[in-house]
Amino acid sequence: MIAAACIFAMIAISASLLMNVYRLIAGPDVTDRILALDTMVINAIGLIVLAGIAFGTAMYFEAALLFAMVGFVSTVAFCKFLLRGNVIE
Amino acid sequence: MTSFLEIVIAVFMVIGGIFLFIGSFGLAKLPDTMRRLHGPTKSTTLGIGSLLIASMFYFALLQQAAGIHEILITLFLFLTAPVSANMIAKTHIFRNRNLQQTLPSDASNSGWAVLTDPVTARDSAGHA
Repeated sequence: MIAAACIFAMIAISASLLMNVYRLIAGPDVTDRILALDTMVINAIGLIVLAGIAFGTAMYFEAALLFAMVGFVSTVAFCKFLLRGNVIE
Repeated sequence: MTSFLEIVIAVFMVIGGIFLFIGSFGLAKLPDTMRRLHGPTKSTTLGIGSLLIASMFYFALLQQAAGIHEILITLFLFLTAPVSANMIAKTHIFRNRNLQQTLPSDASNSGWAVLTDPVTARDSAGHA
């Protein structure tokens, strides 16, 4: 039962990643692309957590935690660059 | 025989997958940037929280001990999602002059997204 739910969630997240790639390519403004990248990071974290459940190891959580931190920092850096023309002033 | 905890884990995983899908579908489907912000920032946060709850229950079942990592990830994501959404909205306002004309004025009357310090912007606007 857990395996079936895991496969269902993985399929849903893969479809979400494809839609994010569509928005990343087609996004009319650069803010849409930043938003698509932010959502892709969150979907990737979901996929990593599901992989940890599927393989039955707790080894993947550090990867998920690092992904969360780096994703947030990169989003803020992109926005800061567009707002101020500089990342670190 | 499936235990009650396994059913709970499966339900949380399905809910998480569905909400992540809904968030990304909103990102792909909705018409403009301000409306597109709603999908990823609310629905996706709920989905990832649900997946992390499922993971916590699963490792509690597997190893007889709940992990602390999931709580860390949840805390970090729930703290940072509103901040990044605010930054993206601010960037969108800053880059869109037509939108700035239609917005109501803020409390300090300096504009919603400005390059300078808000106090300086208000003083220079007052003198002009």
